[in-house]
Amino acid sequence: MDLLQTIGGYLFTDIRMAAPVLLAGLGLLLMNWSGLLNIGAEGIMLIAALAAVAGSHFFGSVWMGLLLAMLAGAVFGLLFAVLTVTLRANQTVVGAALNILGLSLSTTLNRVFFGIETTVTKVDAYKVLEIPLLSKIPVIGRAFFAQMPIVYIAFILVPVIHYFLFKTKPGLNLRSVGENPRVADTLGINVYRTQYLATIVGSMIIAAGGAFLSTGLLNFFAEDMVAGRGYIALAAVIFGKYRPTGIMVAAMIFMAGNVVSNVLQVAGVGIPYTFLTMIPYVLTIIALTIFASRAVAPASLGKPYKRG
Amino acid sequence: MSVILEMENICKQFPGVLANDCVCLSVKEGEVHALLGENGAGKSTLMNILCGLYKPTSGEIHLEGELVRFNSARDAMERGIGMVHQHFMLIPTMTVTENCLIGDKEGNAIKLDRKEAGQRLKELAERYGMEIDPDAIVGTLSVGEMQRVEIVKALFRGAKILILDEPTAVLTPQEARALFKMIRALTDNQFTVIFISHKLDEVKEISDRVTVLRQGSVVGTYDIDQCSVEELARLMVGREIRFDVIERRQAVGDTLLEVNNLSLHRQQSSEGKLLDDLSFEVREGEVLGIAGVDGNGQAELVECLTGILRASSGEALYQGNDLLKLSTRDIMSKDVSHIPQDRQKTGLVMPMTLVENFALQDYYKKDFGKGIFLDWIGVEDRSAKLIKDFSVKTPSTYELAQNLSGGNQQKVVAAREISREPKLLIAMHPTRGLDVGAVEYIHNQLIDQRDKGVGILLVSTEMEEIMRLSDRIIVLYEGRAMGCVRPSETTIEEMGLMMGGRKLDDIRKGRVKEAPVEENIM
Repeated sequence: MDLLQTIGGYLFTDIRMAAPVLLAGLGLLLMNWSGLLNIGAEGIMLIAALAAVAGSHFFGSVWMGLLLAMLAGAVFGLLFAVLTVTLRANQTVVGAALNILGLSLSTTLNRVFFGIETTVTKVDAYKVLEIPLLSKIPVIGRAFFAQMPIVYIAFILVPVIHYFLFKTKPGLNLRSVGENPRVADTLGINVYRTQYLATIVGSMIIAAGGAFLSTGLLNFFAEDMVAGRGYIALAAVIFGKYRPTGIMVAAMIFMAGNVVSNVLQVAGVGIPYTFLTMIPYVLTIIALTIFASRAVAPASLGKPYKRG
Repeated sequence: MSVILEMENICKQFPGVLANDCVCLSVKEGEVHALLGENGAGKSTLMNILCGLYKPTSGEIHLEGELVRFNSARDAMERGIGMVHQHFMLIPTMTVTENCLIGDKEGNAIKLDRKEAGQRLKELAERYGMEIDPDAIVGTLSVGEMQRVEIVKALFRGAKILILDEPTAVLTPQEARALFKMIRALTDNQFTVIFISHKLDEVKEISDRVTVLRQGSVVGTYDIDQCSVEELARLMVGREIRFDVIERRQAVGDTLLEVNNLSLHRQQSSEGKLLDDLSFEVREGEVLGIAGVDGNGQAELVECLTGILRASSGEALYQGNDLLKLSTRDIMSKDVSHIPQDRQKTGLVMPMTLVENFALQDYYKKDFGKGIFLDWIGVEDRSAKLIKDFSVKTPSTYELAQNLSGGNQQKVVAAREISREPKLLIAMHPTRGLDVGAVEYIHNQLIDQRDKGVGILLVSTEMEEIMRLSDRIIVLYEGRAMGCVRPSETTIEEMGLMMGGRKLDDIRKGRVKEAPVEENIM
């Protein structure tokens, strides 16, 4: 019974940790299916994490924080779209620029808003929302049904985005843009508008993931707090073969590494903790080297499209 | 039959090229109207204008008596014009149904009803004698099936006029026959088909009327019943070809290059060969011309001989080596020079200076420097000399290649390759896109080389050039040699027939009663 309890606890942590990576992955997925390769998720999450804390601090509500974070994400998305879609700049370079911009801007604004103090400003964060009855299921009840609302949203988005992509006409149109924009264009789809929309909406979903880091997992902003999750999300999309369910599984696996590292640290094995914190990242690299070549990316991913 | 489509005085000016020069085309409802012409005759440009991809510089399009203006492919599609491009506009990872539903605005705006659409597609296809599986992933289909999907897609989207751009180019003979049956079924149901081709037999077989294009202008529109294949060939190629074969001063020498049974398979596909069992030889002081419509294996042949592509089988003996087994540098270091087909893509590095471009081929040799260091002073002197010798018009030896005119760029390539004093010169489209003066200049350079005893393999789609310079001509068609002729012993008609896929033997057999068959000079 005790063991089961422990496993339930691990599962709880895994799901909670996976949620931000899952959100970022789903946001990236929408962009990828419109043919845009954005490595800037890390930067978007960082600025969103700060915006969430700022919103929560100044308006006194974590939901206002989320709103502000998604707004910040939308602005970053718009910037990415203008540069890569309209001006056809190199997508990888712009994505890298977003990461640098997100890191430096969030650091600077954090110091402007909250000053350089040793005590961090704590803000309103999400409360656990227990689903009556279901959360009482032994072992898994708490893991699945006693999470923060944004965790539920992240996991509900998986079937929603899957349905959108593969069962609706707008989803088909979006995928056709990512596969072959010229074909989409000749069939009357506005390629540029599709890419703008996918980028802005996608960035807002990524931003929600960032917001959860600073107002869910923690309740303050720390510099560079995303700590590579944006890149892990990027890997999760590839490992998940550009399918929402795949991304979900990938996020859970990668973050399970995080859980294992925590457990080992607490258990006090003789390995220095710095090595243990490497586990999720090492896991990501291993998974990518094994599976990356088998993933089927949208055919025009990363290639700028020019009409006519 | 009433006239359904009228294109009037269509002109299309591309930078430096007048692709369509006051072209008029009148198509009747329910007919198969063929557009016949060589590469660059303006067929595809005209049809891209009709289907909304290009905007004409001037001219009008009347559809069912009404003036129309298309800004996009969608505009044209909404008026019932559908085009099946040579390169299919399909997404291989999606199913047939999905491909047909992209951008679809009918019915439910959100829900993707695959089942209902698939059913409709199936019925539509069956009505015209086609069979398709709506749930098949397009990437798993054969080329013929993909083409069928394209046709059904056009019909599904309401096409009444169907434009087929070289539809048989990618088909096996059996698939082509099935296609023709389909076309007949369509025209029986009041659909109109515009059929672009340069294959004479096909045009004769499938079309009701034919419009012949040559160099951007219409030669004429004819009822197919009143034209023989020979007449079509003459109309397509044109009469005004100069036959003044240039006098030669030297006899042809020994065999320099001997190609035996050269074949090249299509990648990732067992069927179809890009080059099929080619055998020929080039002798010292001889120009062997390779003629044919573009895309019939010429580029592949040259790339096999220069080590860029690996041939599937065969041999190319040159100075005791098999060129097919050597690397490009090994080949080039054995006194072989190559003037590639595209001076801007493969001949020169556009953002580099002329000095650098001149050094590209031989930079590693002793004459060009010591060890890893280039002797820039020597290289510059060399460049200055070549620029002078080949009268390249450039402000300086350090001008970027991209700032020169096309003719001068070609002179740079020719200068670099000829100055290497090759024994074998492989030249592909050496005068493509050049003005008359530059053409003359390059031709004289080639003749000079020939007279010095260099063996030249000249690949060109310009009939005039081939006929003028070559000692013998091989006509390629779908990677096969249709025959080998001397320019003085052939006719334009015969060349046209071979370029259209008739074997020399078959052509001459037809005339066997009038004249004895000429000796086989292969």
